[in-house]
Amino acid sequence: MTEKKIVCPICKSEVDHETLSVNLMVCPSCKYHFRMEPNERIAYLADNGSFIELCKNMKSLNPIDMEGYTEKLSEAKKKSSMSEAVVTGTCTIEKVPVVLGIMSFSFMGGSMGSVVGEKISRAMLKGAEQKLPVILYATSGGARMQEGIFSLMQMAKTASSAAELDRAGIPLFLVLCDPTTGGVTASFAMLGDVTIAEPGALIGFAGPRVIEGTIKQSLPEGFQRAEFQQNKGFVDIISPRNEQRALLVKLLKSHAGLAYESAASFARTTAKASALAESVRSGGKA
Amino acid sequence: MSAIKSVTSRIEELEKLASEAGIDISDELKKIGDKIEETSKSAKAWQRVELARNPDRPRALDIINNICDDFIELHGDRYFGDDLALIGGIGFINGIPVTIIGNQKGRNLKETMARNGGMANPEGYRKALRLAKQAEKFHRPIITLIDTQGAYPGLGAEERGIGEAIAMNLREFSQLMTPVICIIIGEGGSGGALGIGVGDKVYMLENAVYSVISPEGYASILLRDSSQAKHAAGMMKITAEDVLRMKVCNGIIREPEGGAHLDQAESSRLIKETIVRDLEDLMPRNPAVLVRYRNQKIRKFGHYEES
Repeated sequence: MTEKKIVCPICKSEVDHETLSVNLMVCPSCKYHFRMEPNERIAYLADNGSFIELCKNMKSLNPIDMEGYTEKLSEAKKKSSMSEAVVTGTCTIEKVPVVLGIMSFSFMGGSMGSVVGEKISRAMLKGAEQKLPVILYATSGGARMQEGIFSLMQMAKTASSAAELDRAGIPLFLVLCDPTTGGVTASFAMLGDVTIAEPGALIGFAGPRVIEGTIKQSLPEGFQRAEFQQNKGFVDIISPRNEQRALLVKLLKSHAGLAYESAASFARTTAKASALAESVRSGGKA
Repeated sequence: MSAIKSVTSRIEELEKLASEAGIDISDELKKIGDKIEETSKSAKAWQRVELARNPDRPRALDIINNICDDFIELHGDRYFGDDLALIGGIGFINGIPVTIIGNQKGRNLKETMARNGGMANPEGYRKALRLAKQAEKFHRPIITLIDTQGAYPGLGAEERGIGEAIAMNLREFSQLMTPVICIIIGEGGSGGALGIGVGDKVYMLENAVYSVISPEGYASILLRDSSQAKHAAGMMKITAEDVLRMKVCNGIIREPEGGAHLDQAESSRLIKETIVRDLEDLMPRNPAVLVRYRNQKIRKFGHYEES
């Protein structure tokens, strides 16, 4: 009955799952951030029992009849006990209502097909409609190539919904996890108002092997890691997992306050303007 | 293709022999038949890939010179530099001022090197966005000519945020308050193509291809065998007919018999015909309505089930 130990890929120290889980899947000795599943992140981030899942019954089909895709999907479902590579929903974080979307790398490499694109898109549209800040945790190998051109179009779709959110003045917070690459990086993942990254996360468009193949030389140490991306100007904050909740709360407070305040002041201004217009029309008698 | 014909006729012979001998081989024959169909589909798709990559095919600047009364190329992204792989400027089509943006491949080795094989860096996408915003400001419609394997997967491109540059274009092109017509004239590869591929109307030339990754990329990543590119091309549904069937493009622009490379003037004329027709249709429309329809269309892309 001895529990299987997990070996940290960085410092090689052994740790049991229980300890790792309590430590938010961060290696106690070297702080390496293991990949973390949506349910674990929700348990950490959302106020107890507040999470309500959206689009729970949305299922992927095999839109271009790609050989082996249907089997691959059912295998992924069985292995992960998730229905797709992203979980979206609403919840509160320290009583602030938000829309939360969390991707999973263990479901077909977090690849974005029609369902992932649609769920992320709807999460942002819900935020725009109901004036709820949106928090998205990204991790993905890129587009789900088995869905052909439909997977490419999910980039356009999520970016269009991010535009809607942007125009509505509602904040979008992105947390980039290891790895975030390809079509996800080149769409909604790079469109946050504030971009957070987990320490050491690989973040880029082309994968390191593809780049090495192009330039025919090996890449410098730390290339495309979160720290590199911050240095190059594409990441605002690198946040260790145990600090993320507090950080998000601070960001929510600052941004939500502004968003509501500006909406309220806009309403006051228009009320004043129409009162003024009315008084002009009535010859200043009012 | 002739190899397939000879195999098909051999199978017919075999079928006759088997029925004479009273043996049922229909299951086996069906399997072979399916395989043949798949191979011929792949061969057809691959033929398109080769046509789309033909070095004599009209490139963006050839088409621009053929369809415009006049063209002024504008350079630079205002941040880093000028990307020769992604060009743009102001043209006049039948006297109408338009902004044209396109991927530019070279024709010979020297040109190909200078144009980086038509694979743009972040500054290319940022130049495209600058010119698009400029077009919006001065109420010029935008035409994009797409012809790239993809964005450049290089060190500098990553350092300067190729992902962010494409993402920003996807978001901003969806909101432009001016008509946008996109035409895939050769290769439409991946996010690099989509980076100038969001618009009100999307067309493909008859022999153009549009895909999430190149057939070579698909073969090496998903089939783990880069020599399977031909086979992958068939599986991926990348031809103009495939993409039209999936409603990801609005129409197919015919090419001269044998391919656009055989008659550049005629293929440019056919492209111009489509552009002029669409400009007449789109220009009188209310820009806000245009943007709403554009985004409704984009958000419909996908295929899933919801119970």
